[in-house]
Amino acid sequence: MGKKLLIHNDKVPGINTLEVYRAHGGYASVEKALKTMTPDQVTDEVKKSGLRGRGGAGFPTGLKWSFLAKPEGVERYLVCNADESEPGTFKDRYLMEKIPHALIEGMITSSYALGAKSSYIYIRGEYFYVARIVENAIKEAYAAGWLGKNILGSNFSHDCYVQVGGGAYICGEETALLESLEGKRGNPRIKPPFPAVAGLWGCPTVVNNVETIAAVVPIVNGGGEEYAKIGIGKSTGTKLISASGHINKPGVYEIELGITVEDFIYSEEYCGGIRNGKKMKAVVAGGSSVPILPTELILKTAKGEPRLMTYESLSDGGFQTGTMLGSGGFIVMDEDTSIVKNLFTFARFYHHESCGQCSPCREGTGWMEKILKKFLNGTASESDVELLWDIQSKIEGKTICPLGEAAAWPVAAAIRHFKHEFLEIAKSKKFVDISHYDRLNKKVVA
Amino acid sequence: MKVTIDGIEIDVPKGTTILQAARMIGPEVAPPAMCYYTKLKTSGGYCRTCIVKVTQGSTANPNPMPKPVASCRTEVMDGMVVQNFTSPEILEARKGVVEFLLINHPLDCPVCDQAGECKLQDLGYENGSVKTRYEFKRREYDMIDIGDKIKLHMTRCILCYRCVKVCEQITDGRVHGAIHRGDAAEISTYIDKAINNDFSGNVIDVCPVGALTDKTFRFKSRVWFTKPVDAHRKCDKCCGKTRVWLKGDEVLRVTARKDQWDEVHEFICNDCRYDHKKTSDWVIEGPSHISRNSVISQNHYEHLNELKLQALKQQKALGFMNIDKRP
Repeated sequence: MGKKLLIHNDKVPGINTLEVYRAHGGYASVEKALKTMTPDQVTDEVKKSGLRGRGGAGFPTGLKWSFLAKPEGVERYLVCNADESEPGTFKDRYLMEKIPHALIEGMITSSYALGAKSSYIYIRGEYFYVARIVENAIKEAYAAGWLGKNILGSNFSHDCYVQVGGGAYICGEETALLESLEGKRGNPRIKPPFPAVAGLWGCPTVVNNVETIAAVVPIVNGGGEEYAKIGIGKSTGTKLISASGHINKPGVYEIELGITVEDFIYSEEYCGGIRNGKKMKAVVAGGSSVPILPTELILKTAKGEPRLMTYESLSDGGFQTGTMLGSGGFIVMDEDTSIVKNLFTFARFYHHESCGQCSPCREGTGWMEKILKKFLNGTASESDVELLWDIQSKIEGKTICPLGEAAAWPVAAAIRHFKHEFLEIAKSKKFVDISHYDRLNKKVVA
Repeated sequence: MKVTIDGIEIDVPKGTTILQAARMIGPEVAPPAMCYYTKLKTSGGYCRTCIVKVTQGSTANPNPMPKPVASCRTEVMDGMVVQNFTSPEILEARKGVVEFLLINHPLDCPVCDQAGECKLQDLGYENGSVKTRYEFKRREYDMIDIGDKIKLHMTRCILCYRCVKVCEQITDGRVHGAIHRGDAAEISTYIDKAINNDFSGNVIDVCPVGALTDKTFRFKSRVWFTKPVDAHRKCDKCCGKTRVWLKGDEVLRVTARKDQWDEVHEFICNDCRYDHKKTSDWVIEGPSHISRNSVISQNHYEHLNELKLQALKQQKALGFMNIDKRP
């Protein structure tokens, strides 16, 4: 059994209440930090731990915290990004739903390290019931004195607020999130300035993922060095993986970074193999936007080494033969899956979620969806594959925010590894029934 | 700060953007810009036509920037080296951007009032393809009247957000903005509300395409059949310095004066723009300077002598005989 630090108590009855959470050692990190450590010491522990952002980009958290500008007399903010909208990712929901106090504890400890008097948890609109759970937990924390003025008799005061988003994927991009939090249209800002200098209401702000903030708790409790012992190289600690698709046991798993991909997919502890005894065809390892990999490349790198569940190993070989750990949305597809149909689903999503600010993403995402629909209608020709490739290459890297890349990468990877499937469909002119998508669309309009 | 653009070095003050530095050097290196507008704060960064390649970040950090950057929103660093027209990658990327801007554009130039002074026409001419690769139905919207003087034709819009910035920064009250998202995003006023403001007409001047047009000028004349003259009048609301577009003795329209980069010198008020359509209302200073490459200069007398001389030179060089001596 791998070590669990975040969701080891998820099956304890009543763990969502403060009483049970406290009885299982909850809020110890707040006590430890406020009573025995200076804010800089907390930041140092996070630096030592080697914790990397769990939202997708994998930027070292300690480093991000140290970039926070600290001008005199200006408020600083911690914002928790709980706008988990990447298709295939549902780990933050699980964490907030089961153990909401773990997030709040992390918010208080992290805010202490950053010197933030207020913090915000921005929860996606679709997670309305989760927002209720978190709000209740915050109420409990206020009543017990973990939030509010002079926490534990120290001179550290902190307020934590929940803000529910409108349900837009783009608001998971940190600057769009800040815009939305300010009550504006959720459009990404043009960087620089980065949020660490001018974020929420123009003040220095740190935006961290739910899991990242929750991971601060075991780091402060057990020490950064202890945390860094888990994992391999620069991928330290544990990571929540949302496993879905054609596997026997879909769900949220906490893994020690460094186990092999094969072990994760086939062991009974985790996914339990491919369902119905089928063969595996492909895996999207880190949420819908990361490149899809065929079985032979996801289990072994191009060099023939076994692929590990780490930031480095998954991205080994670049995009030619590798992918990314991303947000940990692990989607497994069996031999019966149509890559083209699956890609259409992704392209449709990115088209729907593009904010419309910059031209390549606004126009390109819709164009790609329309071409992919042609494949499913049986009206595509072989030259459409080239066109699709050209369009994605003209979106990638030319947009304001990473949504352009997120839309382009899956298309590029699907063509790179499964071009034969596109060509087969184009040749056979086979009709694939996607009427259920139209029905869905109509529902939205009505 | 020293910055090199396409091999030409220039010294610029701190805080200058790459685009501004390139414009200081001249049109030979200046990237096209559809959404950036010097007079409007926070404008730019949306259209992506001005993207350039930074091959050296600065003297202190000589690494290249990983992605193309929007030159209008990226400040120069000392020792920065930038490639614009000299980078084939950038030209290809820009071609892509122009294609994206055009796939949902109606290409109704023959009946568009902006034709002739449209930045998208110029951009398409310089960077576009001969043929479209887009085979689907183009986006369409109904036309909206923003008040009684401005027509909003969203179908032509490229979402540069310049008009939104004008309404935010020059007019009071926020009734104009973007609604919906993605390729369904559109510029609109708050539930068909008119913009009632003395400076609302400036949205027409900043619009790079024919999405916002002056209803008093619609279908009156092709712009290249009108003659622009610089004129002024005493105005207590604005500077009163305008460009008056004449056809014969008739004033067909009044706009703000624009510079080399097609940006206004000073915003003008609606009184000057709409309510003074007689030649006697204006003190005419003389012909406006119009770029030689502009289609409007076709009918313009400022360069006539110059043109004649050039034609003569060419004829001589080609060894043409004098017309009178032809057999």
